[in-house]
Amino acid sequence: MEKAQPSLHLAKRKRAFGNRRRGLLKRLLASKTASAGSVLIIVVAFISFFAPWISVYGPHEVDIVNRLSPPGTEHWFGTDNLGRDIFSRVMHGTQISAQVGFTVALSVAILGLVVGLYASMYKWLDQLLMRTMDALFAFPAILLAIAIMAALGPSVSNLIICLIIVFIPSVARIVRSAALVAKEQTYVEAMHALGASQTRILWQHIMPSTISPLIVQSSFIFAEAIIVEAALSFLGAGIPAPMASLGNLLADGKMYIYNSWWMTLFPGFALIISVLAMNLFGDGIRDLLDPHVRQGKGKK
Amino acid sequence: MTAFIVKRVLSLIPILFIMSVIVFLIIYLIPGDPARVMLGDGADEATIQQLRANMGLDQPLILQYGQWMGSALQGDLGDSYFLKKSVSAVIGEHLQPTLSLALLAELIAIAIALPFGIWAAVNRGGWADKALTAYTLLGITIPGFLLSMFLVLLFAVQLKWLPVSGYAPISDGLWNFLKFLILPGVSVGVVMSSVIARIVRSSFLEVMNQGYVKTARSKGLRERSIVYKHILRNALIPILTVIGGTFGTLLAGAAVVESIFNIPGLGQLLVHSVSRRDYTVIQGLVLFIAFTYVLVNLVVDLLYAVVDPRIRLNK
Repeated sequence: MEKAQPSLHLAKRKRAFGNRRRGLLKRLLASKTASAGSVLIIVVAFISFFAPWISVYGPHEVDIVNRLSPPGTEHWFGTDNLGRDIFSRVMHGTQISAQVGFTVALSVAILGLVVGLYASMYKWLDQLLMRTMDALFAFPAILLAIAIMAALGPSVSNLIICLIIVFIPSVARIVRSAALVAKEQTYVEAMHALGASQTRILWQHIMPSTISPLIVQSSFIFAEAIIVEAALSFLGAGIPAPMASLGNLLADGKMYIYNSWWMTLFPGFALIISVLAMNLFGDGIRDLLDPHVRQGKGKK
Repeated sequence: MTAFIVKRVLSLIPILFIMSVIVFLIIYLIPGDPARVMLGDGADEATIQQLRANMGLDQPLILQYGQWMGSALQGDLGDSYFLKKSVSAVIGEHLQPTLSLALLAELIAIAIALPFGIWAAVNRGGWADKALTAYTLLGITIPGFLLSMFLVLLFAVQLKWLPVSGYAPISDGLWNFLKFLILPGVSVGVVMSSVIARIVRSSFLEVMNQGYVKTARSKGLRERSIVYKHILRNALIPILTVIGGTFGTLLAGAAVVESIFNIPGLGQLLVHSVSRRDYTVIQGLVLFIAFTYVLVNLVVDLLYAVVDPRIRLNK
């Protein structure tokens, strides 16, 4: 079950493939970590998608009379210094974080895949691309992000561009090393001998073996992007102020930390839950896809 | 040994070169004229032209890079337009708080990570191991700045044991110095310890399965001396790598934590320079931190070659 037996018979091979895929889904559901992550992701996705309908108050609705009121039946998570409903702002913030995280993770996965694959194929390109990636990787992530945002100026699209630049190297490196391993396999040699074009070998025969590390890394980048987004917005270098991003909510919370604990606690928990969901999912998927981990578990 | 050092140092040059080009080019990401953006809308044309000339923006790109890097290599990172001081002097003024915080956080991280990692490795699969897995997951999930805010809520606002924010140099007395640094140090250190503890565990597990550990055990040595003398020493190398890496990250990564606690360190300097649009300081500071980070990792690498002959003979 773990390994599809190589078979020349097409129908048999197809069946083996189908089985393997069903096995993966089954294993996904059997893994506690992965399913806990999936459930959390669904909750976060649900909240971020339906945010405008769940909350009674708008995220920018100002109500000066009820400013800084503690959590109660009227405002579940209390209100901030302008009387805006924290519950509504937290849900919208989660939505923005999830959107930024998803866009960044997806773009980084695609761009990193292209860079990593082509770097593994051509020596001269490898030198050029990977030295640049090494240099980008050598910067502490938050430092590079702050510097880029300082130049670009705070806005959602600039933030996404900035996070893509910061996170591409980690994906490109992983794809490249997986591709280098696949390149040495006999089936790739066989394709060369058959006269297949470089592009075909690269995308049809090498690319599939880079997919599972790519998925794992992307889910961690999703999580990391949410954290860096919050940190940048917190510093005022990310998403511009009136927008209800989690980082902005925490920055407001810090100003009123003496008397309004709810302004810090609730956005903080929302951030933790969003990041935790992606990390659990990534951890679970890694355990499922990595044969070493599986074998290690089997032995014990 | 000399050959190893030379080779290792030379391999860094292309990376440092590309890093410096990236830092140099950051200013060209600014939409429009950097001098105009720095001075704001109210500035008159003459001042803008003067700043352009001062920053060398009127010269060809290659020449600009050459001049900037040439003087950077001599320790001159240019002058801050807003602070009217040289960037190197400004960095010097802000270095001590950041280093103090980094050292304290690193000490806290090691004090947690070493025993926890060893404990989890020795009881592999037991509840100590499971606790470490949960701890690591929380460590990568909760960012340091969020943990700081939670700690401030608990220890400074609710219990009033420690001040909310501020900084005192060590010359003001040890307790004054420490009372401001405990909360930021703990929040950064705890997050970092989860990364280090994981490496301690895996590095320990690897060494534990080596032949010489079995030999030591069959000789009937006490478990404690096996753990400390035979395993720990050999497991130290990957642990040192990760500690070196985290120390570099601390120089910049604590930027958010520094701004929460109002600590006048490099991170806060960076954040203030961003809001002042003081690009000379931003460039100089990013270059300084990035190079320091790379050099710290180099020193760590060279250190193992001293400690472990296998490394310098292999490469």
